[in-house]
Amino acid sequence: MRTLTKLDGDSSRARQELHDHIQGSGPLARHTVDSTGQRQAGSSSFHESAEKHVTGKAAYIDDLVLPADALHVALGLSPVAHGTLTQLDLSKVKEAPGVLDAITFHDVPGHTDIGPVFPGDPIFVDQEISYAGQCLFAVAATSLQAARRAVRLAAISIDEQPASLDPVAATEREEFVRPTHVQTRGDWQQALTQAEQIIEGELFIGGQEHFYLEGQACVVHPTEDEGVIVHTSNQHPSETQKLVAEVLDIPFHAVTVEVRRMGGGFGGKETQASPWACIAAIIARRTGKSISLRLPRSEDMRATGKRHPFYNRYRLAIDAEGVIQGGEITVIGDCGYSPDLSDAIVDRAMFHADNAYSLGDAQVVGHRAKTHTASNTAFRGFGGPQGMMIIEAAMDDIARQIGEDPLTVRKRNFYRDGREVTHYGQQVDQRQLLHTLVETLENDSDYWARRKAISDFNAASPVIKKGLALTPVKFGISFTAQHLNQAGALLHVYTDGSVMINHGGTEMGQGLHTKICQVVARELGLDLNKVRITATRTDKVPNTSPTAASSGADLNGMAARDAASKLRERLFDFAAEHFTEGLDREGMRLEDGMLVAGRGESERRVPWGELVQTAYLNRISLSEKGFYATPLIHYDRSVGQGRPFYYYAFGAAVTEVSVDTLSGEYLVDRVDILHDVGDSLNPAIDIGQVEGGFIQGMGWLTSEELKWNDKGVLLSDGPATYKIPTFGDLPAIFNVSLLEGHPNSMASLYRSKAVGEPPFMLGISVWSALRDALSSLTGYTVSPHLDTPATPERVMLAANTIRGKAL
Amino acid sequence: MATIAFLLNGIPQRCEVSPDTSILTLLREHLAETGTKEGCASGDCGACTVAIGELAADIQGFASANACITPAHQLQGKHLVTVEGLAKEGHLHPAQEAMINCHGSQCGFCTPGIVMSLFTLHDELTQRPAPLTPERLEATLGGNLCRCTGYRPIREAALRMNDLPFKRPQWYDAALSEAECLPSLTAATDASSFFAQPQSLVELTQLRQAAPQARLVAGGTDLWLESTQRLAQLDQLIDISRVAELLTVEEATLERQAGWWIGAGVTYTKLEPLFNKHFPTFAHLLHRLGSQQIRNRGTMGGNIANASPIGDTPPVLLVLGAYVELTNTYGNRCIALEDFFLDYKKTALAANEVISRIFIPQAPKDSQLRIWKLSKRREDDISAVLGAFSYRVEQGVLHDVRIAFGGMAAIPKRAQAAEKALEGSNISVEAFRAAQQALEVDFQPMSDVRGSQQYRQQAAKNLLERLYLSLLTPDQEVMLHAYAH
Repeated sequence: MRTLTKLDGDSSRARQELHDHIQGSGPLARHTVDSTGQRQAGSSSFHESAEKHVTGKAAYIDDLVLPADALHVALGLSPVAHGTLTQLDLSKVKEAPGVLDAITFHDVPGHTDIGPVFPGDPIFVDQEISYAGQCLFAVAATSLQAARRAVRLAAISIDEQPASLDPVAATEREEFVRPTHVQTRGDWQQALTQAEQIIEGELFIGGQEHFYLEGQACVVHPTEDEGVIVHTSNQHPSETQKLVAEVLDIPFHAVTVEVRRMGGGFGGKETQASPWACIAAIIARRTGKSISLRLPRSEDMRATGKRHPFYNRYRLAIDAEGVIQGGEITVIGDCGYSPDLSDAIVDRAMFHADNAYSLGDAQVVGHRAKTHTASNTAFRGFGGPQGMMIIEAAMDDIARQIGEDPLTVRKRNFYRDGREVTHYGQQVDQRQLLHTLVETLENDSDYWARRKAISDFNAASPVIKKGLALTPVKFGISFTAQHLNQAGALLHVYTDGSVMINHGGTEMGQGLHTKICQVVARELGLDLNKVRITATRTDKVPNTSPTAASSGADLNGMAARDAASKLRERLFDFAAEHFTEGLDREGMRLEDGMLVAGRGESERRVPWGELVQTAYLNRISLSEKGFYATPLIHYDRSVGQGRPFYYYAFGAAVTEVSVDTLSGEYLVDRVDILHDVGDSLNPAIDIGQVEGGFIQGMGWLTSEELKWNDKGVLLSDGPATYKIPTFGDLPAIFNVSLLEGHPNSMASLYRSKAVGEPPFMLGISVWSALRDALSSLTGYTVSPHLDTPATPERVMLAANTIRGKAL
Repeated sequence: MATIAFLLNGIPQRCEVSPDTSILTLLREHLAETGTKEGCASGDCGACTVAIGELAADIQGFASANACITPAHQLQGKHLVTVEGLAKEGHLHPAQEAMINCHGSQCGFCTPGIVMSLFTLHDELTQRPAPLTPERLEATLGGNLCRCTGYRPIREAALRMNDLPFKRPQWYDAALSEAECLPSLTAATDASSFFAQPQSLVELTQLRQAAPQARLVAGGTDLWLESTQRLAQLDQLIDISRVAELLTVEEATLERQAGWWIGAGVTYTKLEPLFNKHFPTFAHLLHRLGSQQIRNRGTMGGNIANASPIGDTPPVLLVLGAYVELTNTYGNRCIALEDFFLDYKKTALAANEVISRIFIPQAPKDSQLRIWKLSKRREDDISAVLGAFSYRVEQGVLHDVRIAFGGMAAIPKRAQAAEKALEGSNISVEAFRAAQQALEVDFQPMSDVRGSQQYRQQAAKNLLERLYLSLLTPDQEVMLHAYAH
């Protein structure tokens, strides 16, 4: 194995060879082949907006055409993390050039608390300041630049108080945004007292900035009915509709929220897109003008919450083989100043503190610490990744303690028959898939041969150390808030045969709209170009759930399918009755743009256009709505037991890294992934989710470091200081495959599985591989402590700690 | 306000703009061309990438730039190509087609910028066919952040686009007619607002003398952040990017040393051929100094004038023994670079002076240059610590040892105590241990967003250890190839 460190011709050629290998006809290439035919569900159709993306025609919020007299809003944000606002004088602001309005807490006509689930999020600060970046006031002017400059003229006095920034200290003082929750199964204390060995550890896990490329933005138009139309980059239009109506003190029906697409969401626009729409709506109603509000990047990063940092610890009883018998895990989520979604996020961390492993008789405790930072919020995985980190840390620690390969220890601990129930009482269906998937990946990636090669390499290389790790993912699919597991859709067929589908989900790049169009095309037997999706709007499909929890296609796809199949059945009934030659209702089907009845010689065909036109003339409704609610799921919080998830999605990744133990720099040399999406709705889109999720997860654990100063002011507030992965961080070898031939065991949309979040956690393999490389410094006898993100700084300092001082 | 004339996607335009207008503002707010996106307004994400062509006899092709921090006035007489322009008469550009075919877009917001970076690469390869190396690909795309795809399908698109049929359209080489051209922008320096574009050093120094409060702009890669991030009013600007004397590179002798005079307005991209030939490790550093969009615009003169303690070129120039030439209306003076940096962001440049040129002496034949940059991310990141080392080894003894660090003090600074510990020493553990200790005398670094004090102190010592190991066992790998210089 060559590390190719030189600039000479041989090394350069070797690098090129490596590169050429990537281009080959591997599994990646397979999924980029242009699909032909009808491009229905199950095929790799292009993103419905792909051509608009590449030509710049796809419109995002800031691209919408505004009336000439529209106003632009800038926000006044608190410069301190904790204190009391004693004076807020906007008289100079209001006199500034171009300024038409400026508002504070006292100008809000209706509700002032816009907490999405629980109260606690004031739209503007009244008196108490809870984080640096909290909104104090808003200014509307004829240009954004004028509004931003005017903001700086405000006279603000704040009685600053010390900020609480440490979630562990907050937990000790019992400063929580929500009560602690506990899940207990079996006699975990006895498991610990009777243990052959006890192993314990702790880990700090950093947060993550969403860094959606399109920042928070909305445009609000006042309507003639005292209401507003809101265009917003938003994962949860119905919630924004509710909050806007409440702050304006008007009925929900006076507010229409529209989302065509987002320039990325990742959870950051689930609850935290609403405040801006609320502020813009107030100003729109006050001034009667259209309002544009978009946050400049640094303000976006300071004002909005992030992935929760966590501090987790474990204490587990293991047997001589390293198999967990029981124990306890504690997770502390740093929620920031208010509840937001933190209750459900810490719950999900608890639900995933086992990842793919049976904990035996275990207790899992989850605290929701309150600190003076922005209210941390949803982010792809929703606490699941942070929960998984502690058990993956434990797997590596157990392996070092008993002197086995970490993969061996992981496999011994997998859920299996006899050890199939989680600490929250849900049986793990399809648990055999974990074993199948990992064994396949282990073989396909040559795990053991490479393990040997890496050990040999490390023995001969004093500075550069290689590391290898295979980590699995088992991720529960469903909202843990049961009522959110519902969806609606609206389908219209027009008399030319073209089809419009609308549903409650939002498009943030994940390809949801493409998949929904494919579902409708499949149900109606049409080519994809006959089906068009329209912007998500609260006046088309009401009372929708956020597009979150990976559920977009599962829920909305089923609703769309429901609408399409109802319409299809109606058309069949009509056709059987109407067409004089008599079509056989039994076995009637829609395919290739035709209604087909009978088989063989008695087969009769009616073109789709003729069918639709005839139905119209006979006064048959060509519009239908669909609905879906996930069956079976339940969870009893009072005992911490139930079946919160409809099913689990599985996956695994093998990552190889090279670490420079002197500088802490590292490279991800190779990644192999096998991921379970059941029967894929669109392999190309699903591969895209797996790859993108992996890289984003890798970024979370490596280069993406949030830093605050000791007063709680965010220092990493732009891409100059906050480093998401870039092109060169793409592993040189990146083999990604979908597990084929294993449909979802539950009745889901064509037996597919959700894919948005699960692959994010495949990135844990990078962190585990870095620890593996560091562990080699001790001949694999010590498990290094490595908090995340594992920046070069943390890796270098960990290497120093583990091997003693330099030279 | 001044009127500028340029080509937009082959079509002549005249626009009236204020001095602090960026190309992005011009496009989105004045011309309602919203295909080009704002992701960060700081030149870090690449969503606003556009291509700028020179309308000169020797067409250089198109250079990518971050529209958010490029002054609109610098378009004067040039050809701006944006994502809206690529697909003409219903035909997608190969970069666009390949991005669709490879599923290279998800949310689509970064996509126009990526398409434009691919466009510049495609045009270069169309005009001058060459094998597409991994390094070239990384250089093309390293300045375009994508949060959705993980880049694999974008790599695929970059590799495939050149196989798609393509005929280079004539409008790429369109030029403004004489009637369409405007004279270069001259300015009354007593005006409250101006954007002056001097063509000669004499004009420049006269402007500088008359308006010392005006800001100098070359690439604008740092200056423009004052406008977009700190809302400063940049209303009096002197553009040095067209001053002929500042755009040259010439071989010369200074103080009996052979070397090169490099104009302060020469961009990093234009420096590359010289560095590739004479300072390959320095050329390699350029690829980690900033994205291609930044390297197409930024200049070494700006990097020096900016005097940031974490600028990437100053430590290297310090160990190379570079000089700066400072010019005003009365003449010029030449000082050693290490005498230029006085304190944090404070330099020896007088209010009426400009940095006109930089002299880099040719390295002695047997001397070695190592440059090691440590940052959170390999590409397009700012140094936490940057160490530059130059030395000669003669019969196992170190001579002419010069060491400088960035990120370790308020200014880019030489490690004189560490140099002393190594000068004339054998390559030995003892000498290097003494040099490591000496670093504590040389530097008391601080903690900030890029690294802690402890990390910086230890990392600097570890770079000395890396140097030791690389001298002791030249065949042993002591660093990762992607970081190697």
